[in-house]
Amino acid sequence: MIISIASGKGGTGKTTVAVNLALSLKNAQFLDCDVEEPNAHIFLKPRISGEKKASIPVPEVDKVKCTYCGKCRDICAYHAIAVLPANDNKKGSILTFPHLCHGCGACSLLCPQGAIKEINQEIGAIEIGEKGDMQFIHGRLNIGEAMSPPLIRQVKEYINATRTVIVDAPPGTSCPVIMAVKGSDFCVLVTEPTPFGLNDLILAVNVLRKLNIPFGVVINRSDIGDGKVEDYCDKENIPILMNIPFSREIAVGYSEGVPIVEKDASYRDKFVNLYTNICSIKNETNSRN
Amino acid sequence: MRQIAVISGKGGTGKTVVTAALASLAKNKVMVDCDVDAADLHLLLHPEIKERHEFRGGLTAVIDKKLCKECGKCAQVCRFGSVNPDFSIEPFSCEGCALCGYICPYGAIRMEENVAGEWFVSDTEYGPFVHAKLGIAEENSGKLVAKIRQAARELAVKQALDYVIIDGPPGIGCPVIASLSGVDSALVVTEPTLSGLHDARRVMEVAEYFHVPVKLAVNKCDLNPIMTEKIEGFCRERNVPVVGKIAFDEMVVKALVARKNIIDYARCAAAEELSKIWEMLKN
Repeated sequence: MIISIASGKGGTGKTTVAVNLALSLKNAQFLDCDVEEPNAHIFLKPRISGEKKASIPVPEVDKVKCTYCGKCRDICAYHAIAVLPANDNKKGSILTFPHLCHGCGACSLLCPQGAIKEINQEIGAIEIGEKGDMQFIHGRLNIGEAMSPPLIRQVKEYINATRTVIVDAPPGTSCPVIMAVKGSDFCVLVTEPTPFGLNDLILAVNVLRKLNIPFGVVINRSDIGDGKVEDYCDKENIPILMNIPFSREIAVGYSEGVPIVEKDASYRDKFVNLYTNICSIKNETNSRN
Repeated sequence: MRQIAVISGKGGTGKTVVTAALASLAKNKVMVDCDVDAADLHLLLHPEIKERHEFRGGLTAVIDKKLCKECGKCAQVCRFGSVNPDFSIEPFSCEGCALCGYICPYGAIRMEENVAGEWFVSDTEYGPFVHAKLGIAEENSGKLVAKIRQAARELAVKQALDYVIIDGPPGIGCPVIASLSGVDSALVVTEPTLSGLHDARRVMEVAEYFHVPVKLAVNKCDLNPIMTEKIEGFCRERNVPVVGKIAFDEMVVKALVARKNIIDYARCAAAEELSKIWEMLKN
């Protein structure tokens, strides 16, 4: 089963829930798909055994074959190629902007001269390791790189469905989140009981409904704020899977990179319980369909 | 006119609460919410929408079933796995490159522009406010950020405003880069945790990469004073001024729940520290 942990709003406790859930299960596989700001390694402290560079294909133009016809510029949907045509006494010129390139391959496939080949442009790295019986994988986007979805896609290629897979998603509701949660069997939305938490929870719920992924909610710092998140979940028939009350001890542990289950062992059962909750909801939806 | 962006790397460190405070402290400015994925600043600024604009994002491929002969060439060339086995297009993964359309021998694929969201120019008791709403599961948030920043800049020029104050998104990717490009300075709001430092460091590197000068504030600095010192030490090494340290203040949560700006809500320690931060930021 693949369980993704997402939130809409940042800083609600996605990584906390993902890390502690994974630590409470046997044979889990952990994928940190928040490749812009990966944090799970701070808490899991995995032994890293391998690293792979992640790249996307970008165009390289053979200036001997190129006739500066401009077809590649015209078809590139991302404005990643500029061409100045040749005139009477001057050779043309062509420029590529790899940071804008999505790696679709259209230019190289459609160039009438066969003058464009693709080379790999590094966008980040993927590290693989383990923590006890848990397998750990995370991606790290290079500084200055704009596009995280291709790296998230490459991290997800490591999914081993024979394990319980925990995907730690980035915050937000747009392409990186969709890339991270797509294909999950279940998604846990972590929120906090504040107007910001509620506003962004509603956005995230709309995304999951559109993607048709079953989900439930974990309310973090459940005793700080107001009761409007609970009211919303009641009204929308969204299961509240777990409440985590605020605890200074947990917060200080978090600041030092210590998971909750290592501060307070009683939480292990609570996270196993969260998993059991998820499984029974998942089974219910399966039997309904 | 000075453009100031509030960023953090890590989400939930207090960017929006800080930005809302700046809305009250700064005079003669336009506010912009560039966290278009999960916009929250409007919850504290209570905007009255004056202008609504459609945001057209990228393109999505559409297969005309009447013309399609199911030859499968489109699926072969699509790098994004967006052609379903039944020869329909999966819109969430289609990146709009149009390669399928160029390759289709039957002209069965056209590209359609999608309305990917909306953006607004509003009035608030703090002055003009430009904000947006990205459609559900839409892409191109960087493009939408660029759009509303341009609108805010034009408004600032027209009304001779002194500041454009930007609430940025978390992370370091495309919407963050779009929020940072060309600003005069960035305020990084972080928290005294290992994650806060790790993420602040990465976003500071992004700012450096784009030559944006950075200042930093530590929120909830009393949660872990040793980590706060570590962050200050890190900033000293990098010559990044620490312009404020905000201790945890119950009033901040109360103001948030009441959907009020902390500066207007209560004379409290957090409000005082935020006033000090603005004095350090404004020049």
